[in-house]
Amino acid sequence: MSQVVTPVAEVPLKKIKGIKFGILSPDIIRKMSVTQIVTADTYDEDGMPIRSGLMDRRLGSIEPGVRCETCGNTMAHCPGHFGHIELARPVIHVLFVKHIYNILRATCRECGRLLLPPEEIERYKRRLERLKKHWRLLAQKLCDQILKRASKVTVCPHCNAPQYKIKLEKPYTFYEEREGGALVRLYPTDIRSRLEKVPDDDLRLLGYDPEVARPEWMVLTVLPVPPTCVRPSITLESGIRSEDDLTHKLVDIIRTNQKLKENLESGAPQNIIDDLWSLLQYHIATYFDNELPGAPQAKHRSQRPLKTLAQRLKGKEGRFRGNLSGKRVDFSARTVISPDPNLSINEVGVPIDVAKILTVPERVTEYNIEELRELVIRGPDQYPGANYVIRPDGRRIDLRYVKDRHALAQQLGPGWIVERHLRDGDIVLFNRQPSLHRMSMMGHIVRVLPGRTFRLHLCVCPPYNADFDGDEMNLHVPQTEEARAEARLLCLVQEHILSPRYGGPIIGATQDYITGAYLLTRKDTLLTKEQVCKLLAAAKYVGDLPEPAFLKPKELWTGKQLVSLFLPKDIFFEMKAAVCNKCAECRKEDCPFDSYIKIVKGEMVCGVLDKNAIGAQKPENLLHRITLEYGTDVGRDFIDRVFRMFLRYLDYRGFTMGLDSLDVPSEAYEELKKLYDEAEAQIRKLIEEYRAGKLEALPGYTIEETLEARITEILEVVRTKATEMAGKYLDVFTSEAMIMAKSGARANILNIAQMCLCLGPQTVRGERIKRGYRNRTLPVFEPGDIGAAARGFVFSCLKKGLKPYEFFFHAASGRDGLVDTAVRTAQSGYMQRRLINALQDVYVAYDGTVRTSDGSIVQFRYGEDGTDPSRSYHGKSVDLNYVVSKVLG
Amino acid sequence: MSVKKKFDVFEHELVPKHILLTREEAKVILKKLGIYPWQLPWIRASDPAARALGARPGDVIMIIRKSPTAGISIVYRYVIPG
Repeated sequence: MSQVVTPVAEVPLKKIKGIKFGILSPDIIRKMSVTQIVTADTYDEDGMPIRSGLMDRRLGSIEPGVRCETCGNTMAHCPGHFGHIELARPVIHVLFVKHIYNILRATCRECGRLLLPPEEIERYKRRLERLKKHWRLLAQKLCDQILKRASKVTVCPHCNAPQYKIKLEKPYTFYEEREGGALVRLYPTDIRSRLEKVPDDDLRLLGYDPEVARPEWMVLTVLPVPPTCVRPSITLESGIRSEDDLTHKLVDIIRTNQKLKENLESGAPQNIIDDLWSLLQYHIATYFDNELPGAPQAKHRSQRPLKTLAQRLKGKEGRFRGNLSGKRVDFSARTVISPDPNLSINEVGVPIDVAKILTVPERVTEYNIEELRELVIRGPDQYPGANYVIRPDGRRIDLRYVKDRHALAQQLGPGWIVERHLRDGDIVLFNRQPSLHRMSMMGHIVRVLPGRTFRLHLCVCPPYNADFDGDEMNLHVPQTEEARAEARLLCLVQEHILSPRYGGPIIGATQDYITGAYLLTRKDTLLTKEQVCKLLAAAKYVGDLPEPAFLKPKELWTGKQLVSLFLPKDIFFEMKAAVCNKCAECRKEDCPFDSYIKIVKGEMVCGVLDKNAIGAQKPENLLHRITLEYGTDVGRDFIDRVFRMFLRYLDYRGFTMGLDSLDVPSEAYEELKKLYDEAEAQIRKLIEEYRAGKLEALPGYTIEETLEARITEILEVVRTKATEMAGKYLDVFTSEAMIMAKSGARANILNIAQMCLCLGPQTVRGERIKRGYRNRTLPVFEPGDIGAAARGFVFSCLKKGLKPYEFFFHAASGRDGLVDTAVRTAQSGYMQRRLINALQDVYVAYDGTVRTSDGSIVQFRYGEDGTDPSRSYHGKSVDLNYVVSKVLG
Repeated sequence: MSVKKKFDVFEHELVPKHILLTREEAKVILKKLGIYPWQLPWIRASDPAARALGARPGDVIMIIRKSPTAGISIVYRYVIPG
């Protein structure tokens, strides 16, 4: 790294007041050029650049050690210098065709004036003047209006010359439609002379600034040649020189230009000149943009399309998106992630090999000098070591090449900086793409661990949307004190337990945590002293055991008691659990299913903890209350401790879902068969009615649609009934599948019904399956059969197995779902990009208003009420119910 | 001859209350927000509500809306030509 040595006071300071874009005029191009380029070749036989060739030494130094012939600097300091090519004939600049077209249509072909009567020009001029002063954005609109009006005029109001219609043939050929529809080609020379005639004042009315953008400059007579450092040639290992795509294109341009010049001088026939001219035009057009609609792409010898100027800037890997908005960074790592339930949610497990490469710069002070000396002595290969040392003069010493590290360690003193290995307790930023919300990149505290993967707590999977089927994540090490402080105070995982998206916890229990919590807090769970001790040890509990709930025949504790130990001592909480049967009238504390959660003074009185109480992405639950009322530290601590206990309990108890958890009595199948037969009979009747033309159409539907809707409805009922039956024949005491479905850990009752009773209707694009052969979905059905089975109703269940045709329908429906997700993610990804681009610099100002970067107001109060959803009770500033219950006790 | 009843946009329940501010009132508000008039959100002079108030370009309109979250919310619009 080179250091800036000029003292600040000596650097001349300028303030940028504005930026103005214009078009390079031929004069400017010649003035900024160091040489005219005439030779199409680059290097001679000895490998020396040819003078006035494309690699002319005056265009800038690109070889190390060679000084630039123009500025005398070496490669590192020479900025590069432009050359130019004098074109034998003018050509159109493709990127300006639209503007050329507009100006040609709006001005007279004879006198060059704007095609509006003088009075009107005068009026518009005044109006534009006024608008420009106060309404800059509206001025552009007025110009568009003027252009539109002027383009419609057929006779010039200034010289009475008739105007012809101008036609633009993409990408760059202009024609004039004379009387009788005869097309006359307008050559770039004609166009240029017409544009020259347009007076400055008329151009202003069209929105151009003639000072910096005369329209005739849009027709090129001189072409600038970019410096060599813009298009460096690369030497391959085999010693063969390979030129940049731009150089190749410039070679084409010079060759054609040279040929055209020779032919013009020797007075060749017009058609040959025309051919060469249009070839030159083509080369110059593709030099600017090689993806022009209507023009063939310029290709390399290997058929690869050339990457020319526009291609360098455009698109995801272009200069803007690829190099300016986004860059590759140092101090980052990426590997596969895997789970570790023993970490805190704030932590991330970092492989030791990664920790030995990532470094944190630490300033030497008298307090840490001994410690840092030891790190330097251990060097880059032993783990808690250091990779670099920076001396007070800014020189960086690579410890890999230091022979005597002991001596170096002795030299350390205040003012030195040691880049030491990453170690436990450091703060890092952890990220998983796509980074859709702020929780996609959070601060974690390092835990250096053996192994080759990043380890993370399972509860932080929802905000990252991560799983462990091979997901990879990125890690960044902040390098300054300020960055580290921000990461710790603002980005740390615990600060993101509550999401601003819906004002609820986004970090919480998932899957096994919910099962464990449910089973532990269930009424029938009674624990012996040994079990209690083991569980509390898992939660790292320090303190006395609570009074046992049962004393005889032996001391037993309930799971609720254990959870209560970790609840804040003054918390009140009430809600319905996920296992709630949704009775018509809730009996609250007297719930026969123990599904009404009540916590009084930090003591779980009744209810079970399941998805509703501790689940991730469930607003207004226990975690929400704890984190909001007692702070993020308490919230994080609760999750860390109690959740580990839930898992440990699940481990001790054992939890396996087998086929037997889907066993339903044979009556169930008989009942289901009856149900299906009835549905089929109904459908048959409907079809008969339809065939007889007796079916009444529903309002807004055709008769066919009505039939389809009615059939779908009947089949939907079968599925609902099957789901109800699953709920009736299976219960949480015998079926593990039911435990998971009811507590919200995984799947739902419909899924269980699909496994053990009936898979139900399969759909493609939201309709019953109807594609396939003519008049039938599969050849096993009669043509014209539109009954349940023939249109994708699967009567079998997954446990018993599907019939071949049912299997096919199931697969079709599954594939449709897959395609649907792929399309949706692509669409929403693009929408997200557009939204972010539009909103990126909108901010909430200190006065509560929402403003853009120039201070303009977007909202007068953030969200109308100025409330942060993650710090309020679902948008309300106070939750009255809670306050009342807290006061009443 | 039938009496032509003029249509009043403000009679509709979904149209919030619009108030045309005087120069002085507008000045106070701009001062409070610390902005130039053009940094307010814009409303066209041809907007039905602005026309009903007889607002001219350069005026500032105050709109009082009902809001489900904040009760009432007050916003301002700068009238532009068009």
